[in-house]
Amino acid sequence: MKTNILSDQSVTNKDLSRIGVYICHCGLNIAQTVDCKKVAQTAAELDNVIVSKDLGYACSEPGQQEIKKDIIEHDLDRIVIGSCSPRLHEPTFRQMMHGAGLNPFLLEMANLREQCSWVHIKEPDAATNKAIDLVKMSVSRVSRLFPLYEETLPLIKRTLVIGGGIAGIQAALDLADNGFDVVLVEKKASIGGTMAQLDKTFPTMDCSI
Amino acid sequence: MTDAGRHPRIKLLTLSEVVNFKGYVGNFEVKILKRSRYVQEKECTACGECVKVCPVVRPDEFNMGLSSRKAIYSPFPQAVPSAYVINVNECLGHNPAVCSKCVDACEKKCINFHMSDEELTENVGSIIVATGLDPYDPTELDEYRYTRFENVVTSLELERIINAGGPAKGELIRPKDRKRPKSIGFVQCVGSRSLRKGSSYCSNICCMNTIKSTLAIKEHYPDIEIKVFYIDIRAFGKGFEDLYARSRRFGVQYLRGLPGTVEELPDGSLHIAVENTASGKLEFHNLDMLVLALGMRPAKSTQKLQEMLGLQLSPDGFFLEAHPKLLPVDAATRGIFYAGCAESPKDIKESVTQASAAAARAIRLMHTGSITTEPITSEIIKEHCKACGKCAEVCPYNAITVDVKKKAPAVVNSAACAGCGTCAAECAFGAIVMNHYTDEQITSQIDVMLEENQEEKILAFACNWCSYAGADYAGVSRLQYPPNTRLIRTMCSGRVDEKFIWHGFEKGAPVILVSGCHMGDCHYINANHWTVKRVEKVHKKMEKLGIRKERLQLEWISAAEGIRFADIMRKMETLRCSVSHEEIEKTIEVLKNKNKTD
Repeated sequence: MKTNILSDQSVTNKDLSRIGVYICHCGLNIAQTVDCKKVAQTAAELDNVIVSKDLGYACSEPGQQEIKKDIIEHDLDRIVIGSCSPRLHEPTFRQMMHGAGLNPFLLEMANLREQCSWVHIKEPDAATNKAIDLVKMSVSRVSRLFPLYEETLPLIKRTLVIGGGIAGIQAALDLADNGFDVVLVEKKASIGGTMAQLDKTFPTMDCSI
Repeated sequence: MTDAGRHPRIKLLTLSEVVNFKGYVGNFEVKILKRSRYVQEKECTACGECVKVCPVVRPDEFNMGLSSRKAIYSPFPQAVPSAYVINVNECLGHNPAVCSKCVDACEKKCINFHMSDEELTENVGSIIVATGLDPYDPTELDEYRYTRFENVVTSLELERIINAGGPAKGELIRPKDRKRPKSIGFVQCVGSRSLRKGSSYCSNICCMNTIKSTLAIKEHYPDIEIKVFYIDIRAFGKGFEDLYARSRRFGVQYLRGLPGTVEELPDGSLHIAVENTASGKLEFHNLDMLVLALGMRPAKSTQKLQEMLGLQLSPDGFFLEAHPKLLPVDAATRGIFYAGCAESPKDIKESVTQASAAAARAIRLMHTGSITTEPITSEIIKEHCKACGKCAEVCPYNAITVDVKKKAPAVVNSAACAGCGTCAAECAFGAIVMNHYTDEQITSQIDVMLEENQEEKILAFACNWCSYAGADYAGVSRLQYPPNTRLIRTMCSGRVDEKFIWHGFEKGAPVILVSGCHMGDCHYINANHWTVKRVEKVHKKMEKLGIRKERLQLEWISAAEGIRFADIMRKMETLRCSVSHEEIEKTIEVLKNKNKTD
């Protein structure tokens, strides 16, 4: 159930997009270096930005609720979050988008923590300027994003476990006991690994095999 | 072990190694080389008649070479499967004139020299990597004289010596004269916590393993004097401090400081010199036997497997998890999980815990029987496609098919496409759209960042899996670097189109960085090879146009190289300072003229 983007132009007109921008303080993680208010105010001036706010913790339940409320109230269709790395909270915010009835891929995150406030601690002005640039880049990008749709594919209910030491054995048994087929591959002639060579094992002082 | 051996749902393949791998989460196809055992696994009753007649004697690896075995053998008494195995490199062979005594001795007739290695194909939905560890090889630490003095043994050798099933039948003896030692010393951190030799990390288990051994020895032989030479005793786990206290109560002496020299006395005992860092005094101890508490190294197979499966390694050489706290058993590649020492040194309890976690993560992924794919894939604009075949050539997943002869437009198999974007970057006709990382989406970011003060800014492209993660790691480590970098994330460095680079220079970028995973670490098998070729091509064109090619840099930064990321950013800043206003203006003009003539 994948839509070809080339035929799906309905939501791609960037001049008509309605963007919400949220700048997260992350407590003091971002806010002690980056002037979050200033970043939010600057973003508010950008084309198609309908709402621009700074929040204490965007990822928290109240933070997400506020964004969701805005999405409905202001009929927003795209969201920019200036916060931590997307490698950390992109799934969180994509879920929030989904919950608010938006396509999760119409989200863009500006990395204001790992790649800005934390690495320019002693240069608050330069960090704020960088944050503004990063948010501007995200706004520009988000207005050009297309909705994307996930595809569902069949999956093989079977696991390959590489290595027959204690970890491999335990993983294989847990999977098998839960009804999943397992292929356990061991390089040596017997499973057991290093553990099998140990005389007694701490902390219980019982034998390893 | 036996449970795993006889579980109806577990297919156990021993003497086997993964040799090839393709596919994607939910649908991996794995090729496994199963080397021949030369003994029929199901028929062998492990009676041992074959061993009696085998004339070849070799050191027994399981007992660390402290005893011997034959060329046909059982790895150890409780081995699973219990069938015997022939080491074919040691065996004299089946030519009747040479040997084949075991064949005659085997009543069940299950020895077969005509067995050959098999290549099996297994289709699986998920993979758990549990490749374990290698003990540190102490031969390079010459000050402990492991290779010269017989009574210097490793902790693993001691395990075998004191094991009831070991070569000494559980009697504690020292190797040189097979007498019971009256005193034993343990040297901690052998191959661990050293920047000089071995590894800089703590191997996690050696302190407790030594404490365990001291208890085992003291329980049987209360008179043996035991001294442990350590840097710190790390007894951090549940019940560990109790064991440590018990060991001290038994009279085990713990001395802070590692031996500097070890000498052998005429009777085979050892004379060691150590600076006791608690007292600050140089001490000498005579000991009958010295045990080296070995640290852990990543298993030798780690790197090969990492390259094959497209995984990442941490600087220590162990597998790198997707997130150190929130996804501790997941690999960055969906559908692959880690368990045990493959990921980092750990004890049995932690290995078991992680294995159960990995199994649960795999079940969570598989239980519905279907999987939703990432929609970040490429698409062909049929009208623009000239069926040149370039995209199919560069695709690391063979996900694109083009019939060049029939001039039929390319077709992307979206299930096989992993979304690196190399095809879109290489397409000369603009016929490929890389979803979520389209040309327009990326150039718009370049435009915005170079709207003002462009001469002060550094345009950097970073791949999601390595260099962008490396930048995050620099952040987590609070490493400070110049604040004028503007990072643009792509899934792979292979996505960085030549035209993004020209566009950046034309918009006044003083310097541009393209960064990705190290060669061999690419999350998309080998897509970064195309990045190299492309950057080389652009460098040549820059030279022709009279643009200093240093202004375009290509760097590899892994997810664990935060320090390297920060260093490169400083280097880029120095480079940026060397680019003058006139130089930038001239480049803009040259590129404008070029566009006109193109």
